[in-house]
Amino acid sequence: MSLRTLASCTLALMALGGIAQADETAPAVLATACFACHGMDGKSPGQIPSLTGKTKEAFSTAMKGFKTDQIPATVMNRLAKGYTDAEIEALATFYANLK
Amino acid sequence: MHKINSRRDVLKLAGAATLAGMLPSGKAFAQAAGNVVVIGGGFGGASAARYLKRMGVNVTLIEANATFSTCPFSNTVLGGFGKMADITHNYDGLKRAGINVITGTVTGIDVAQKRVTVQGNTTPIPYDRMVVSSGIDFKFTGAGALAGYDEAATEKMPHAWKAGPQTELLARQLTAMPDGGTFIMTIPNNPYRCPPGPYERASLVAHYLKTNKPRSKILLLDGKETFSKQALFQGAWRELYGNMIEWVAFGQGGNVSRVDPNTMTAFTDFGQHKGDVVNVIPPQRSGRVVDLAGLATGDWCNVNQATFESRTVPGVHVIGDACVAGAMPKSGFSANNQAKVAAAAIVASLRNQPAPSPSLINVCYSLVNPDYGISVASVHRVGEDGTIISVPNSGGTSAANASADVRKLEAEYARGWYKSIMQEMFG
Repeated sequence: MSLRTLASCTLALMALGGIAQADETAPAVLATACFACHGMDGKSPGQIPSLTGKTKEAFSTAMKGFKTDQIPATVMNRLAKGYTDAEIEALATFYANLK
Repeated sequence: MHKINSRRDVLKLAGAATLAGMLPSGKAFAQAAGNVVVIGGGFGGASAARYLKRMGVNVTLIEANATFSTCPFSNTVLGGFGKMADITHNYDGLKRAGINVITGTVTGIDVAQKRVTVQGNTTPIPYDRMVVSSGIDFKFTGAGALAGYDEAATEKMPHAWKAGPQTELLARQLTAMPDGGTFIMTIPNNPYRCPPGPYERASLVAHYLKTNKPRSKILLLDGKETFSKQALFQGAWRELYGNMIEWVAFGQGGNVSRVDPNTMTAFTDFGQHKGDVVNVIPPQRSGRVVDLAGLATGDWCNVNQATFESRTVPGVHVIGDACVAGAMPKSGFSANNQAKVAAAAIVASLRNQPAPSPSLINVCYSLVNPDYGISVASVHRVGEDGTIISVPNSGGTSAANASADVRKLEAEYARGWYKSIMQEMFG
């Protein structure tokens, strides 16, 4: 993409509001929403399981299981359905890399 | 506020955007310079301050009170099994994190000069961007107010819709109520803070009365025809509390048009009801501090729902109960999630980068008794029309036929959520 095209894309984005908007949701943004229950940086101080330290496979298998109702849960079946498989993979990578 | 002034600026901006695109995701918490003032130290404000600080922003948090009592879990105090100390938090953790916490009342906001005046401080506080998380105030006068219910009336008919002394007053009144007495709650029409809150409160008051004063009655006079988690609440009420709780919908005579604190009476379109304890949840609007900056349009503040930047005052972000946030309810959880989105947008703007595309969650847990939890959950994105939508085919309420074990687990998770979010907010 040329600088000029980029500039006009950015201009178009800027026109929508005060701050320009990226079009894809970054893994860190997806993940911080989860912290309200699972604790800051995925480390839970209470009864809700931590997410940090889970392997990519464990996270992704659990989320996909919740999403398809193959794994029973209280609230996660309802929440997991709000994410695409690609977003689940991105989240799995994010949490596997969080220390 | 970033403004495009020239083609050179646009090119500079485009360059920054490209650079942002190449950064690995882990760099989302990298440093950003700038001064941000946050007004309000509740779910939205405390969360915003903490996230901005950890992204390297200089943050000043201005809060009128030295401590914050949460509305979530305040109904456990009325239920007789929670303590005010359990739901009251101070700002020491924010100070330790390096946030400049000012305890004081905001008396002026100069949006042109970008500075805030606090009562007792002669020097205004400058900002590059501001976050306003004012919560709610009550309509005691004027259009939309409930006749007979003013500030003085709250001492006889507590609202307890801001947690603190009002919660304690309502708890004392419940304790003093005779067995066989009537507890009345008046509930406003939407929108108001915490849609399922009144019904959780009715549940936990019923828990207290069943334990201590089993001949008593609860009368809910509602300004609506339906309510949040209605089937779950009503099923649980029958199961746990028999006929103790009577709910009267708007059309069935639930609409309260006037109250009289001297006779402890609520007047509806069809009649009048006298209570031993009357809990009036009044009609609401955004916290009055927003008026100092002209942020409200009507009762609430319109924002760009992708960044929470005000539609009326550029450079100011309004989050939480005070803003209009599409499909998201007015809840502490929503305010916390909106704080993260606003913080990320602010940091992006300070770096001349595009704001990240938001993703938000809301989960509202309600306790029907200490071991019986139900929830409503939703995942949110910004739709094509720019408003916050719920992701289709996701979210919803707890299962209607869940086992007692599942209800108990949800009650545990409600307590777990509280621990997590309090640590996130207050450290």
